[in-house]
Amino acid sequence: MDKFDKLSGVAAPLPLVNVDTDMIIPKQFLKTIKRSGLGVNLFDEMRYQDDGSENPDFVLNRPAYREAQILVAGENFGCGSSREHAPWALLDFGIRCVIAPSFADIFHNNCFKNGILPITLPQEQVDALMAEAEKGSNARIEVDLESQTVTASDGTRYPFEVDSFRKHCLLNGLDDIALTLEKSSRIASFETEADAQRPWV
Amino acid sequence: MSGKTLYDKIWDAHVVQQDEGTCLLYIDRHMVHEVTSPQAFEGLRMTGRKVRAPQRTIAVPDHNVPTTEDRANGIENEDSRIQVDALDKNARDFGINYYPVSDIRQGIVHIVGPENGWTLPGMTIVCGDSHTATHGAFGALAHGIGTSEVEHVLATQTLIQSKSKNMKVEITGQLMPGVTAKDITLSVIGHTGTAGGTGYVIEYCGEAIRSLSMEGRMTVCNMAIEGGARAGLIAPDQTTFDYVKGRTHAPKGEQWDAALEWWKTLKSDEDAHWDKVVTIRGEDIAPVVTWGTSPEDVLPITAAVPAPEDFSGGKVGAVKRSLEYMGLNPGQRLQDIEIDTVFIGSCTNGRIEDLRAAAAVMKGHKVKPGLRAMVVPGSGLVRAQAEEEGLAQIFRDAGFEWRMAGCSMCLAMNPDQLAPGERCAATSNRNFEGRQGRGGRTHLMSPQMAAAAAITGRLTDVREMMAPEPEPA
Ligand code: SF4
Repeated sequence: MDKFDKLSGVAAPLPLVNVDTDMIIPKQFLKTIKRSGLGVNLFDEMRYQDDGSENPDFVLNRPAYREAQILVAGENFGCGSSREHAPWALLDFGIRCVIAPSFADIFHNNCFKNGILPITLPQEQVDALMAEAEKGSNARIEVDLESQTVTASDGTRYPFEVDSFRKHCLLNGLDDIALTLEKSSRIASFETEADAQRPWV
Repeated sequence: MSGKTLYDKIWDAHVVQQDEGTCLLYIDRHMVHEVTSPQAFEGLRMTGRKVRAPQRTIAVPDHNVPTTEDRANGIENEDSRIQVDALDKNARDFGINYYPVSDIRQGIVHIVGPENGWTLPGMTIVCGDSHTATHGAFGALAHGIGTSEVEHVLATQTLIQSKSKNMKVEITGQLMPGVTAKDITLSVIGHTGTAGGTGYVIEYCGEAIRSLSMEGRMTVCNMAIEGGARAGLIAPDQTTFDYVKGRTHAPKGEQWDAALEWWKTLKSDEDAHWDKVVTIRGEDIAPVVTWGTSPEDVLPITAAVPAPEDFSGGKVGAVKRSLEYMGLNPGQRLQDIEIDTVFIGSCTNGRIEDLRAAAAVMKGHKVKPGLRAMVVPGSGLVRAQAEEEGLAQIFRDAGFEWRMAGCSMCLAMNPDQLAPGERCAATSNRNFEGRQGRGGRTHLMSPQMAAAAAITGRLTDVREMMAPEPEPA
């Protein structure tokens, strides 16, 4: 997993609530056995017209946002399916950070496993950043995970909360599995105890 | 100190190690399907890791599989075939329990698990699928995970988790005739919103929940995720024990007795602390349908399509967009909405009881000419039982297609899809844009309501069909 410490980039505004994972990556693109290459189909149904050409109105097709690294969106972002293809597609496109008033649980988890930082901020602050994002490439937003702040182009700083373990993993690009495997003997003794207590499992 | 909730108890019994903020939780059952697992197995191969507990791991292809009878001859779509073949190979190479397409026990993973006794009270169960919440109906802590977590569970049989808050959803009293478990779960989401459960594990309780069969309870818990919750739970009781007993992988003999003793302790203490409580009177729940593109867009069938101005905040724009997508106008009566397709199936409503309920409405009726209607049983075993009970014949006689088991038109990854603009009465759980096919329009409802819609060709109040014949004047 790539490390995440600081990011300074263009933020694309997506002022929709309940952006679901079917919107982020429709199911016809889930028939892959790989993690890469999903970026071209990110937001496929909104991004392309029926004939396959780009929809010029969709935010990521507008010249200012084609290189966006941050997404600012409405509440309950990432609801719906557990598909990790959603963060894979975001990442493949180049998005490393999503800012929203709230996130769906599984999506939120999946982001951290892929080096994407989901930032939850109060609605008014998201609204302010949304207005910032509307300014296009004139407004670069800075995200600093170490100090847990988002800084808008006018210098306004927005502190955010993040789970300390996840922060640690993201800052150091650590692989969860390797970390857990270090606890193998603890897992084995749990198994022995649980087996005695609940042998039917 | 206050008592513990059911969630607290299951959690505590599975803590391997408590770290700061997070916790390593042991996973009793890991269910796997073909869409969210290939990259996880690839990860194991790349790092030379093994599956830690293959005996606790169960795999079944369901999302991609065709539901036509000729599927035994192979899957035509190349990408689908590659995914199913990859699961075949991974199951074999890593030695996990497997139900291939050719096995009569194959079906939707959330139906296969309970049916074969893999799902038991008090367990922790995960699957790379958000509707894993279904298994919570047994009083098991069950939730969906992403593919990285699938790999984590395969390699370590644990998951790094932080604990959710406790939410109680109580449905008091009794349901009125024509009202089902599906109406309960949709109404709860209509009440709390799709983010209302975010950060919580929900325990459903109350008399109306207690009165439900296991099938009904699975329908309720299945959609906990649509309300944003990590999991839904129902405390196990005699109904649960009766369902579990005798199933292939359920405990037997002395082990059964020991298990039962523990299972009976699996309920929330009287003085348990709840972070949020929602109470709904069973009598107030009507047969409902969805009108929009979010499962929270729920109204009683007797209502009319709302206007964007009826809402506030970001929802105004969302409603505007969804009415346009759905091709509906504010004020239009829901019962006047004409449909093209009926889909009965999915892990929400593809169990035997659902098919019985739909068949009871269909009996002696025909699908309205011009409509396409299909029943996709949730598993091969459900299908066989429905054949035996004569339900399949009722559906066939009425003009339904009688399909093989799988997810099918619930998410349309196989050839069962809606055409753009086509409108479907569906018993599944998601009405997102494009969910059942690009441009397709989905109305969620109970199997009874879907059957009623099949007869009339429009969204229909099933209670009208149940009313006694009027006395001759
Ligand atoms: S039936 Fe639908 S919701 Fe259930 S597992 Fe299959 S695709 Fe998912």
